[in-house]
Amino acid sequence: MTTDIAAPRTGAAPAESHVPLPADLKVTQWRVLRSEWVKFWSLRSSYITLAGTVLGMIGFGVLFSAVTANRWPVMEAAQRLRFEPTGVSLRGFELAQLIIGVLGVLLVTGEYGTGMIRASMSAAPKRLPVVWAKAIVFTVVAFIAGEVSSFVAFFVGQALLSSQHIQTSLSAPEVLRTVFGTGLYLTMVGLLGVALGWIIRSTAGGIATLFGLLLVLPALSDALPTSWSQHITPYLPSNAGQSLTAIKPDTGMLSAGPGFWVFCVYIAVGFIAAAILVKRRDA
Amino acid sequence: MIEARAVTKRYGDKTAVDDLTFTVRPGVVTGFLGPNGAGKSTTMRMILGLDAPTSGAVTVNGKHYAEHTAPLHEVGALLEAKAVHSGRSAYYHLLSLALTTGIPRRRVDEVIDMVGLRDVARRRVGGFSLGMGQRLGVAAALLGDPATLVLDEPVNGLDPEGILWIRTLLRALAAEGRTVFVSSHLMSEMALTAEHLIVIGRGKLIADLSVRDFTELASRKVVRVRTPEAGRLRDLLVGTDVSVTGLEPDLLEVAGLNSEAIGKAACAAAIPLIELTPVQASLEEAFMELTQDAVEYRVDDPDRSVA
Repeated sequence: MTTDIAAPRTGAAPAESHVPLPADLKVTQWRVLRSEWVKFWSLRSSYITLAGTVLGMIGFGVLFSAVTANRWPVMEAAQRLRFEPTGVSLRGFELAQLIIGVLGVLLVTGEYGTGMIRASMSAAPKRLPVVWAKAIVFTVVAFIAGEVSSFVAFFVGQALLSSQHIQTSLSAPEVLRTVFGTGLYLTMVGLLGVALGWIIRSTAGGIATLFGLLLVLPALSDALPTSWSQHITPYLPSNAGQSLTAIKPDTGMLSAGPGFWVFCVYIAVGFIAAAILVKRRDA
Repeated sequence: MIEARAVTKRYGDKTAVDDLTFTVRPGVVTGFLGPNGAGKSTTMRMILGLDAPTSGAVTVNGKHYAEHTAPLHEVGALLEAKAVHSGRSAYYHLLSLALTTGIPRRRVDEVIDMVGLRDVARRRVGGFSLGMGQRLGVAAALLGDPATLVLDEPVNGLDPEGILWIRTLLRALAAEGRTVFVSSHLMSEMALTAEHLIVIGRGKLIADLSVRDFTELASRKVVRVRTPEAGRLRDLLVGTDVSVTGLEPDLLEVAGLNSEAIGKAACAAAIPLIELTPVQASLEEAFMELTQDAVEYRVDDPDRSVA
């Protein structure tokens, strides 16, 4: 309701500018970047989804680590053999990836849904600087949030596991790479969301497509004959990307390096499609 | 200066703007009139490079909008549908636009004061009334101190005080030598604000003329005559330049003769007159007459609602 908002007063002198404007009012990539930075931090949804990502990552890591430590004394030998301390503390990425993905989609579709995109595109009519600026702002913010929450989840998780002396440390083989890789994976999932936002333009459609890519596609590929699926399944976006979060690759999956590059290709293709569509379509 | 040359815009098989050519000159307020769905908003989006014309070209000061290096300094725009993220405050909305082109923060504060939104500048735009949203749109349009202003239905949702404010503002902006292009579907409002008019209907140009010419067009007078011998008077008056319409059995409407000529003719033929009244069509009536063939949505069309 708007009833509690005071009616605006009419300004006096209608059009005069008393603030001198600088001679250089050129739109530059740096200026658009600053604009996008301010845009990001002036929306409540940014804070909520970022907090959700961090809490999901840390909270689930704590939960899984605590439960594992608790059950360790009564665990069967077969289960103990499958136990892997880094992965347990990083399990939260399964939830966090969805939240940060939503943040990525919303970064773009929030503008299409409200009409803000028309203001953005008339302020920067070359359009592509807006696409790159959003990608850069998102990468910086998501990378920091992803890495911080990944490392915090790891350390808290290992502290909980240490009660049973089953913890690991960053100096153990592949552990640092896995913890760092999980933060990186979260950043990249979000970036994929940003690209999908540009392509699809609606929040519901963008989120549905992202979740479909991450969750539904791998399940569908299980239905394929083995002779096919072995050539397809490892290269699906989520499977390729999640190689970053595994201390050693699951059977038939890519290892972290190739997995990372395959995921990069998806994101690059997404942004190329986004750039072409943004240039071509009416805003 | 805004120039549209043979601009056509099609969405699928629907032609929104059809071979439109016009020029909007600086120094005066130019009204852009047409019924709902005539293509006004589409034309304005094409001026701003948001929609690309199917054919033809629109330029602002000789260049396509997107070719200007400082677009907000070149053109300030208020678009019909709110172009604002409802979750952001008015201040941050304007600041984010200002930053793209290096406009200082103090200018943001200044335009907020200009449009009278200081008290609510830190509130989320989602809670704004229609009128406050329009004021924010005007603030965004003024932000870059632009040479050209393009405003789509700026008085929409404003209270009488706000309407008066917009009117004064637009005239002041034009008097400073700026190009001011304002759309409306209200002829009466444009008659008070604009000096020049571009009228479109169904995407086509209907008229490009000064408000004074339009008013003269509108003042084509008719005379109402009440007489018990209506049939005889009709036969007497009707001619090549004179048309007579019977409104009631004893009431005629005569177009093409003034009341003096009718009175004298009736006197000479010994027809008693009970009433002789010159009637002037209102601007709104003249506008409706001008655009009647071009109205997109009619009330009597059951498949479409009045937009």
